[in-house]
This record gives sequence, C-alpha cells and structure tokens, in this order.
Amino acid sequence: MSTFIQFVYFLVAVAFIVGLKAMSSPATARRGVQWAGYAMLAAVLVTFYLPGLHNYGLMITAIVIGAAIAWYLGKTVKMTDMPQMVAIYNGMGGGAAAAIAAVEFMRADAVHHPSVGLLAALGAIIGAVAFSGSCVAFAKLQGLLKKTWRVPQQNNVVFFLALFTFGIGLTIGFSSHPGGLELTVFFLLALALGALLTLPIGGADMPVVISLLNAFTGLAVGFEGYVLANPLLIVAGTVVGASGTLLTLLMAKAMNRSIRTVIFAPITGEAQETQGEVSGSLKEYSPDDAAATLRYAQKVIIVPGYGMAVAGAQHKVWEMAQLLEEAGVEVKFAIHPVAGRMPGHMNVLLAEAGVPYDKIFDLEEINAEFAQTDVALVIGANDVVNPAARTNKSSPIYGMPILNVDQAREVLVIKRGKGTGYSGIENELFYRDNCHMVYGSAQEVAARIIQRLKELEA
Amino acid sequence: MDGMSALFIFMLAAFTGYEVIARVPVILHTPLMSGSNFIHGVVLIGGMIVLGQTPPDDAASLAIGFIAVLLGAANAAGGYVVTERMLAMFKSNKGAGEGGR
Repeated sequence: MSTFIQFVYFLVAVAFIVGLKAMSSPATARRGVQWAGYAMLAAVLVTFYLPGLHNYGLMITAIVIGAAIAWYLGKTVKMTDMPQMVAIYNGMGGGAAAAIAAVEFMRADAVHHPSVGLLAALGAIIGAVAFSGSCVAFAKLQGLLKKTWRVPQQNNVVFFLALFTFGIGLTIGFSSHPGGLELTVFFLLALALGALLTLPIGGADMPVVISLLNAFTGLAVGFEGYVLANPLLIVAGTVVGASGTLLTLLMAKAMNRSIRTVIFAPITGEAQETQGEVSGSLKEYSPDDAAATLRYAQKVIIVPGYGMAVAGAQHKVWEMAQLLEEAGVEVKFAIHPVAGRMPGHMNVLLAEAGVPYDKIFDLEEINAEFAQTDVALVIGANDVVNPAARTNKSSPIYGMPILNVDQAREVLVIKRGKGTGYSGIENELFYRDNCHMVYGSAQEVAARIIQRLKELEA
Repeated sequence: MDGMSALFIFMLAAFTGYEVIARVPVILHTPLMSGSNFIHGVVLIGGMIVLGQTPPDDAASLAIGFIAVLLGAANAAGGYVVTERMLAMFKSNKGAGEGGR
C-alpha cells in the first residue's frame, strides 16, 4: 500500500509541474489548473490510506470547514478583489506550514537529525512571516488598513528581530523538548516580523510583496516536506518557491523597482518637488466631444488603468469599443505591465468583460504603434503614461517603461479629477497640445460616450 | 530521508520551477501567481500527516494540527477556485476584427 501511495505522490508531483507549465500559456492555462486540481484531489484521497494515521474525524472536519469556506468566498468575490484573495489564501498556506512545524516541535517521541530541526525552524519562521505578512497585505488591499506604518529605525529593528527569532528557532530546532513558553515566544516573534516587514509598504508595491510572500510559502512548504520526509511537499514547495521568486523579479522589473527598494526603502509619498515647471494648460472635452473624436478616427488604442478598475467600467468600455468597431474603427487595448493592482490583473478584468485576449497588447508589442494611431484613449491611468519617465532625470519614476501615448495624433484622458497619480507627481502629458481631458468617473463617461455613439449612428 | 538526496531534490526542483515559468507572458502573471499559490496548497497533505500521527490524548498538538489542516484545505480549495475563475475568462475570439496586424 505504502509503495502505491508514494507512486501516486510521484504522479501528483509530475502533474503539478506539467500543470504549472500549461498555465504559462493562455491557450492551455485552464487545462493546466484543472490537471493540478485533479492531482491535488488524488493526493488528499490516498493520504487517508497512509499507514499509522488516526484522528480521521478531526481531519475530515477540518478539511470540510476550511475547503467549504474558502470555496464559497473564492466563488463569490468580485474580480477586482482577486489580488487580496490570492494574498489571504497564500497566508493560510504559510500558516499551515508554520503549524506543521509547531506540531513537529511538540512531538514527545521526536529524535531529530539536526538538519531536520534546522529546516523545521526555518520553515516555521518563513511560514509565519508569510502568514502575518499576507494578512497585512490583505488588509491593505481590502482598504481595512490605509496607512503605511513604520517603526523608528525600521530596517535595523527588522534585522535584529529576524536574527533574534532565528536564534531562538535554532535552539528550538536542536533541543529535543522545547518548552511551551519558548515555542510561543518564537512564533509570536516570527508573526511580528512578517507584519513589520509588510506594514511600511504602500499599495502600488503590494503585488511584488504578495508574489514574494507566495514564494516564501512555497519555500516553507518545501522545508516542512523535508521534516516530514515527504518528497511531494519538497518538490511542489520548492518549485513554487523558485517560480515565485522569478515571478517576483519579473514584476519588480516591470515597475522599475528592485526588490531591495520595495522592502527596505518604500516610496513614502513625499515626492520631491524639484521638477521643472510644466507649461501649457489643461484642455477639457465633454464626453460628447470625445465620442465624436473617437467615432471619426481610423485607429484607436485604449489604455486602461487602475481608475477604470476602481470604477468597474470594463464592461462599459468594451461595449464602447464594440460600437466603435461596428463603425469601422480599429480598436486595440494596450496594457502596461503594472496596470491594475498586479501584473496581468488588468488582462483578467478585461477578459471578464469579454474582451478577447488577441485584442490586448503588451507594452513591447504596441509601443511602436502609437505613432500611427489617431486617438489614444487613456482611462484612469496616470504614471504609466507620463513622458517624464523618459525625459526627466529628476523624476521619481524616471526610467520606468511607459506607454508612448503622447506620440498618438490625439490623446484623450478620462480622469476623475485633477489630482496626481500614485507617485504624487504632475503629469506633463495632460498639458500637451494634443491632449484633452474628460473629467468624470470612467463608468459614467463611458456610458455617456456609448449613448452619443449610438446617436451618431442613428 | 537521507539529507544529501533531499538536497539534490531541492536543487532540481528549484531549477524546474525557474524554467517552467521562464517564458510566461505578462497577461498570465496574476493567474500564474494564483496557480502556484494553489499548488503550495499541497501543504494540506503535510497537515493531514501531522494531525494523523498525533496521539489522540495530546490536546495541544491536536488543536494545532487541526488548524494546519484547516488552513491547508482553505489554501488548496480557495487557490483552485480563484485560479480557475480567472483562467475561465481567457477565451480567444479568433478571426474577429484582427485589422491591421
């Protein structure tokens, strides 16, 4: 029986890797997650037949409660709120890994090899950090926690806390029967460390942090897999740890931020006001003007940003795009790598609204096309279209890749008000001669444009 | 398990994880993060093992093991649903208005 179970675990590990591979291409992605899903189910089922286990009642109760709640919430959450759901589920995985370590530490009959104690302690710290860090990330994205918050000497405090926690972890890992008090202090410190690391980080950097915590959880799971001598956990955890790290680097690169600056030197909001005066004036268009401009263009590129996501305007925007296409206008969507709240989040939102993914283009794919475009329509995006990133060396966003909307013949910007973007800097694009502002919530403006387009056709 | 072969498994799995997603397009970053989030839900198996090995009279370990299984199950189930919902939206609409490309 045991050999059979181990063989099923082996197949599950294969299915996870093949599934993950399939998930990195749009055409096969859905199949990929389904394979991984069946594999997970198989792994859980055969685990019930492992020799020497008891407490099946408790086990099944816990699985049913945990899975049912998570399933229900996952099914009902709005697409805009997906990032924080990923964060919270990730935190639960980290918490589970930490709890496994705790039970292993408390086992009376444990005679551990030192490497087992060491990895159990490491996995416990990383898992606990992922747990509390993800809870903070969830609270921030959900809007429960609005302020960034840092202690004096933040980096030193974090460093010494980490060192101290790790020290206690080592003594626990190498002692055969750690005391309850020692264990409690250890886990509380590790949890505090996770919270302390995440609290100072602002909203725009959150995706990178969630991705990093995701990699952390993977690593913790891999370590606990070693503690339990379970190769499936080692392989799945380590694969996620490595791919999560790479994903984190890709995201950080897209935002022109290094992991080090995200974690240890977050943008504090006090943007330096040393930028040159912007010249020109803001020119306003009504939604009706915008509708006419769009209708009589040949080629339109729509650049959606976080403002569109917040207004929940993606359905209206797609309806508008379809009307334009019916009128013979060529419409494409251009997505900046960090549009929305996470790389790829905007694609998910547009896909939800029914925009086929072959109309959606990456920055590299489409940037050269703006010069041959009649109208670039920017909806609720700001910093990602700010030409200062290309030209102004003193700008905090200098060097970030941007969408070159300013090269289009005409630029329309739908925006809630005259405020600045996340980075708090003025956008000189809005003052250019070829740029017009349409003020209002994306939802309302798009609805008005749709109405006007229909009148123009009638 | 012998420590050295575990080290080899760690090494190979790390390279696999890196290679498997090396060429992922930006549009799939969020679903892929969510998908790998689901895969580390396999921690549920570990939770089941420690809970199953706990002597039935050790209340503290039972409680913590119970929490491990509960959290692991939530990670796996929630991670799956969220990923599946995101990916279900990626439907291609080939042939429809692919104008000047």
